[in-house]
Amino acid sequence: MRFRYLLAVVFAVFSLAAAAQQPIKIGMSMPQTGALGGGGKAALIALQMWVEDVNARGGLLGRKVQFISYDDQTNPSLVPGIYTKLLDVDKVDLLIAPYGTNVTAPIMPLVKQRDLLLMGNFSFDVNDRIRHDKWFNNAPWGAGALAWGGSFLDTGRKMGAKTIAIMAADAEFAQNLCNGGRALVKAMGLQTVYDQNYPPNSVDFSSIIRAVRAAKPDIVFICSYPAESAAIVRAVNELGVGPSVKLIGGGMVGLQFAPIMEALGPMLNGFVNYNSWVPEKTMANPAVTEFLKRYSVRAKAEKVDPLGFYLPPFNYAIGQMLEQAITATKSLDQKALAAYMRSNEMKTMVGNIRFDAVGEWATPRVPMAQFRGIKGKDLEQFRQPGKQVIIAPASLKTGEVVPFDKARN
Amino acid sequence: MAFGLLDVPHVAHPSFLVLGAYATYVLASQGMDPLLAGLLLMPVFFLLGLGMYQVYYATFERRGTDQGLRGIAFFFGIAFIIQVALIIVFGVDQRLVDADYIGTSVEFGEMRVPQRMLVAFGVALALTSALALYLSRTYTGRAIKAVAQDEGALRLMGANPVRIKRIAFGIATATCALAGALLIIIGPVDPNLDRLYIGRTFCVVVLAGLGSMSGTLVAGLILGIAESVVLSTAGTAWAPAVAFGILLVVLGVRPAGLFGR
Repeated sequence: MRFRYLLAVVFAVFSLAAAAQQPIKIGMSMPQTGALGGGGKAALIALQMWVEDVNARGGLLGRKVQFISYDDQTNPSLVPGIYTKLLDVDKVDLLIAPYGTNVTAPIMPLVKQRDLLLMGNFSFDVNDRIRHDKWFNNAPWGAGALAWGGSFLDTGRKMGAKTIAIMAADAEFAQNLCNGGRALVKAMGLQTVYDQNYPPNSVDFSSIIRAVRAAKPDIVFICSYPAESAAIVRAVNELGVGPSVKLIGGGMVGLQFAPIMEALGPMLNGFVNYNSWVPEKTMANPAVTEFLKRYSVRAKAEKVDPLGFYLPPFNYAIGQMLEQAITATKSLDQKALAAYMRSNEMKTMVGNIRFDAVGEWATPRVPMAQFRGIKGKDLEQFRQPGKQVIIAPASLKTGEVVPFDKARN
Repeated sequence: MAFGLLDVPHVAHPSFLVLGAYATYVLASQGMDPLLAGLLLMPVFFLLGLGMYQVYYATFERRGTDQGLRGIAFFFGIAFIIQVALIIVFGVDQRLVDADYIGTSVEFGEMRVPQRMLVAFGVALALTSALALYLSRTYTGRAIKAVAQDEGALRLMGANPVRIKRIAFGIATATCALAGALLIIIGPVDPNLDRLYIGRTFCVVVLAGLGSMSGTLVAGLILGIAESVVLSTAGTAWAPAVAFGILLVVLGVRPAGLFGR
């Protein structure tokens, strides 16, 4: 009897020890191919760097961190299946959302139903209707279109604009942003002279740009994904949008990715677009600079965006937030972690962040930058200040906006 | 040609198109004109097509196992191999090329048309005309058409159907090199672009009528114009349904397609 008792104790001790040695599993899907593949791969490098850094420091709660990711091919229909696998087969402890709105939206019902913590990754307004209380989106635009479309439209209004043309992809992200933009246009008293949605992945925008030109707007507000953004810039360069246009851009995903910037070169001049981080003096941050130095070595070896301004620092910051919450609560309990994130300031490489009631940045910070003086297709020029001049918000401003026509010459 | 004339379920055709675009990108990065690059790549792709058909013939056709899913699975496999190889070599980022006719436009009064679109249209027109002439005026061309109609009869005439099919497959693959050059001239490409084209490719071929060269050009124009009109009138949600909507209507009225016999 005594022997059996001893055996049970020994077994329990070994089981506990074995559990303590189990790694903490963090899982996600990430677009590694498809429309957002370029950005997704860059973001993945940053998260892997955080995992390596945290494991080098001894891990979390005395356990190593294991990172599991799958390619969702930028295909929203694949994402719920991948997250179900992560939860039920891989048995991950924590979840991070894929990069992008279109691929994040389909998993919101799943995490709400299972009451799980989900770290958002540059998506836009996906929790607006679902109102999941364990959603924390690391994206600098906050809730609603005000910080994003608002600063763009306000810039146009200050330039004396009265009319606007809107073009948007018929997809979750672009429609969320443009619908917010449409409401702001109405509130600002601007007159919409052209409003056109187009199918995602369109390659030719000649007819749309010709229609924009004929409508003679003062502002052109564009909500597009990478392939479309590149095609739109080329079409504008070839056909012109007419002398009436003072401001063009706003919500063009992809113009932040090094390969597209490199390929378009001087065609980008004059476009005003949102960003998350640009090498301007008002955004100078030694931690980000140091991180980007380490990142660019990895990115070059893996043939991924060598600049990495847009997504990588923010993805590393997601890891930092998880690290802070787990260390402070000494727990992996989703409820405790969410409560901590809701009520504490998260200290990250990209700044200190507080989340609002819907899990978005309480104080948005979207640099609206204008491409200027781009010459040739040398990628290194984009590392220099003055190539993406921040025209809004006032706290980050490094220059005044120049009318589109003038900035082209 | 492969699908319309040879009855080969060549679902990897758009993948070869993307491969052609990337091969053009490599040559254009060395300073070569993309169109010239596409032309120079045609013989290489022709040989590639010969080799691929030989494998397909030895593995499936000779054994009589080319019907049904096996042939489709073979070409799907090739499509995946091309896609993954492109991702490994070039990464997932989009690639573009430069040329004098890219980034400029031609003015017709108030209207401007991008020069790259005119170039692509002109070359596509010339390529289709050349193929139509080849198929109707040359011995091998007529043999390719004959093999589609009656392989046994062709054999009785002293021609080797396998050799004819091999040549046809080589020509079909060679056109992918030039078409890939046109693709990257028109817009950016990425390794997954083939997925976007596969549905439309088959739709155009069936709509035109299997084997009709000039028909594919007309069918392509019809679909392009119809999609643009629907896009600007009925809304974006309907645009992707246009291709198959038209196909259903046409097949209902003319089961052989617009120009099929």
